[in-house]
Amino acid sequence: MKFQHCQLPSGLTLIAETNPAVHSVAAGFFVRAGSRDETAEVSGVSHFLEHMAFKGDDRFSADDINRVFDEIGAKYNASTSEEVTMYYAAVLPEYLERALELLSALLQPALRQEDFDMEKNVILEEISMYEDQPSFTCYDHIMATHFNGHPLGQSILGSQKSITALTSEQMSSYHTSRYHTGNIVLAVAGNCDFDQLLPLVEKHCSRIRSGITRRTIPDFTPQHTVSLLTRESSVQQHLMQMGPAPRGSDPLRFAAELLSVIVGDDSGSRLFWELVDPGHVESCDLGFSEYDGDGAWMSYLSCNPTDAAKNLERCAQVFAEVNAGGVTAEELEQARNKVASRIVLRGERPMGRLSSLGSNWLYRQEYRSIADDMKIIRSVTQEQIQELLRKFPLQMTTTAGVGPLSTL
Amino acid sequence: MEVPQFIEIFRLSNGLLVIFEPMPDVQSAALSLLLPAGGTRDAAGRCGTSAILSEMFPRGADGLSSRSLCAALDNLGLQRNFQTGSAHITFSAATTADRLTDALPLIARMVLQPNLHDEDFDPARDLVAQSLLALEDEPRQQLGRLLRQYSYPAPWGNPSEGELADLEHITPDDIRQHHQQFVVPESAILGIAGNLDPEQLQQTLESVFGGWRGTAPPAVTTGTRPAAPFHQHHESAQTHLGLAWDTVQYSDPRYYEAWAAVSLLSGGMSSRLFTEVREKRGLCYAISASLSTLQDDARVMVYAGTTTERAQETLDVTVQEILRLSEGITEDELQRCRARAKSSLIMQQESTSSRAGSLARDMYLLRRFVSLEEIHDRIDALTVDGVRQFVIDHAPKSMVLVSLGPQAPDPSCLPQQL
Repeated sequence: MKFQHCQLPSGLTLIAETNPAVHSVAAGFFVRAGSRDETAEVSGVSHFLEHMAFKGDDRFSADDINRVFDEIGAKYNASTSEEVTMYYAAVLPEYLERALELLSALLQPALRQEDFDMEKNVILEEISMYEDQPSFTCYDHIMATHFNGHPLGQSILGSQKSITALTSEQMSSYHTSRYHTGNIVLAVAGNCDFDQLLPLVEKHCSRIRSGITRRTIPDFTPQHTVSLLTRESSVQQHLMQMGPAPRGSDPLRFAAELLSVIVGDDSGSRLFWELVDPGHVESCDLGFSEYDGDGAWMSYLSCNPTDAAKNLERCAQVFAEVNAGGVTAEELEQARNKVASRIVLRGERPMGRLSSLGSNWLYRQEYRSIADDMKIIRSVTQEQIQELLRKFPLQMTTTAGVGPLSTL
Repeated sequence: MEVPQFIEIFRLSNGLLVIFEPMPDVQSAALSLLLPAGGTRDAAGRCGTSAILSEMFPRGADGLSSRSLCAALDNLGLQRNFQTGSAHITFSAATTADRLTDALPLIARMVLQPNLHDEDFDPARDLVAQSLLALEDEPRQQLGRLLRQYSYPAPWGNPSEGELADLEHITPDDIRQHHQQFVVPESAILGIAGNLDPEQLQQTLESVFGGWRGTAPPAVTTGTRPAAPFHQHHESAQTHLGLAWDTVQYSDPRYYEAWAAVSLLSGGMSSRLFTEVREKRGLCYAISASLSTLQDDARVMVYAGTTTERAQETLDVTVQEILRLSEGITEDELQRCRARAKSSLIMQQESTSSRAGSLARDMYLLRRFVSLEEIHDRIDALTVDGVRQFVIDHAPKSMVLVSLGPQAPDPSCLPQQL
C-alpha cells in the first residue's frame, strides 16, 4: 500500500492509498458539514441536502445519477452525521473515472424546486421511520440533552416542523456557505494509480467553489440531567448515558477506544459479564465518540422496564470499579488483540479503508496505514489508561431514556 | 473472470463436508459452519430451542469456563457469531489467517462439547426472551418475521428466534437433546476461505473435528401455511407493508431469470420500485424486494414502510409496478442488473467472510460448488426475452400481504388471496 496526497489549485485536497492487490477502488468526498453547522431555522438541512445531491446537477438528471451509478455496478451511497457529510462509491478500477464524474456532480446539485418538494416527503417518511425505532429516538434525545446549548446537540434529521418549513433557497444558501474546497477532502482507496488519478480529479472536480468556512467550536461543560421520554406502547426500556471523554485531537483517544472495548464491547467486556451474560438486559455496551473539539462516553442498554433502575446501578458499579482500580494487563492485551484483528479485517476492503482514511485527514490532516494503527494499538499501556481515567473517568453526567417509564 | 478459482472439497472421515477456497492475496481467513440444528428442528410448542442453544454455545466447553473460552478466542482476535436460521445454526468466524488455525481446536470444543450446564440455561433463555421483547419495539423487523411466517409453510416459516409463549416450556434437557440430535457432522457443512495451506488445513480439521460423531437426522416434515392477508395492530408512526409470492429456488434452471426479475424491481437505485414509489412519488423512505430461497422452495419478498395516510397508495402503486413488470423490459435495464451483479462477484473476492459464507451456502442449496465464473456466465447469458418470459410464466397468481401499523390497508389491489 502506498499513500500520496496533494492539494489541487482549487484548494481541494486529494488523498489516496493505493493497493494493486485488491480488485476494486473506493472514492469518497468528505465534506465538513453536518447538523452542528446548522442554525435552528434550517435544522436538518445538511441531511436533506445529502438527499438532494442525488437529484442531479445541470448535466445529470436525478434519473441519470442513479442509472449511471447502476450501469457501472457501483456500490454507492451517502451519509450525514453531526459533523461530516460523506458521498462515496466503490467500483471496479475501469469505472473510476465515471464514478468520480458522478460523485463530483453530487457536490454541485441543481436543487430544482420540484425535486425539492418531492424529496421533502421522503425525508418526512425517514423521520417517521426513526420515530418508530426507540433506540434512535433515544440517541437523538440524549444528544440533545447532553449537548444542550451546544451545536452537537442539534438533530441530524431535523423535525417534521423544521423540514416542512425549509425552503430550497435556504438550502441553496447553506450549500453555498459550506461546500467549499477548503472544507472537502476527496479520499481514494484501492486499486488505482495516483499519476492516473490526479488528471481525472482535475478534470472532473474543478468546479467545486474555492474557499473555506470555519466551524465554531464553543467550550462546553455538560450539566447533570436525567430525562425520560415516556412511551407507553414501548415494550422495552431504552436507556443511554453520556459523560465527557477525550476530544478528536487528544492523543488519549486510542486509550479511550481500548477502554471502551474492555468495559463495553458487545461480548467479553465488563458490562457484558455483569449485565448481558446473566440475562439482565437485552443489550448493553459502552462506546467512545470523538468530535471536533469534544468527546463523549456513551453507554446504551435496553431491558425490561422493571429492571431498568437496577441495571443502571449495575452499570454505575462497573464504571466505579474501573475508575478506582483501572484495568488488568490481561484485559488490555485481550482488547488490543480484538481491535488489531478488526483493523486487519476491515482494511482488506477498499470500502473499509475509505472511512478511516478520509476522517483522519478531515479531522487531523493525518495519514495512518494499517501498520501504523496496529503499532499505536499495541503501544497503549496500562499507565495511559490510568492517565485517561484520571482526566476522563467513566462518570456519566447525562441519562436519557425512551420507553414505558416516566421516572427511574 | 480474471481470477481463476481453486477450490478444495473433501469429506472428513466422519462425513463432515468441507469446502475451502485458498485466497493467497489476503491476510485473513474466515469460516462458516452450517449446523443442521435451526429453527425448523424446534419441537412443536418449543419454538426457541435452537435460539437458546445458540446462546449457550459460548458459555464454556469441554472443561473451559465461559470466561476462559471467551478470553482465549478474544486473544486470537476471533470475531465470531452464532446465528439461528430456519435450517441451520450458523457459526461464522474470522481473524488473521495464522490465528484461525490456532482457533480451530477451540472452535471444535465449543461446538462439539459445549458445557450446556443447568445454571447457564436461565440466563440464556432470558436473553432470548429479551430479544423477542425488543423485537416488538422494532416494527420493521417484526414485519419481516411475520412475512416469513405467512409466506412459507410450517416449519419453514416458523420464527427461528423463538416464540415468547413457548420459552417457558423449554427445559435444559431439550437443549442438550437438540444438541445431541442435530449438531452432527453428517449433514453439517464447513466453508473456509483465506490465506491457508490446503494440506495443513485438512490435517488440522481431521484432528479437531474427526472425533465428532452422529448421523443425519430425518428430513423435516413440511406442513401448511397460515391464511393471509394478515394485519397486526401497532401504534406506530408508519405502516409497514410486506408482500410475498412464489418464485423458483436456487437449484432451478430458471433461477437466474428469477433473480433478474427481482433485480429489475429492486436491484439498485435506478430499479423500478425505488424509482416509481420513492423517487417519483415520494411515498416512502425504505422500499425493497429480495429473493429468499430454501433448498426446494422460494419467495420474492417486498417491504415498504410509509406513514399510515399514504399506506394505501404505496400498496396500490407497489402492486401495480410488480404486476406490470413484464411490460417494456429494456436491454439497458437488464444490463444494469448484470453490471451490478458482476461487480459484486468481483468485490466478494476481497472478503474472506463473504466467500466462506457463499461456499457453505452453495454446498447446502445446490450440493455442489458454484464458481464465480459460472455465475458470471449465467448472468451474461440472460436475455430480455428470457426474463420477460419468466415473468409471464411466473406472474404472481396470488400474493401474501402482511401489514403492521395503526390501520389495515385494503387488499383489493392484490391479484388474489391465498
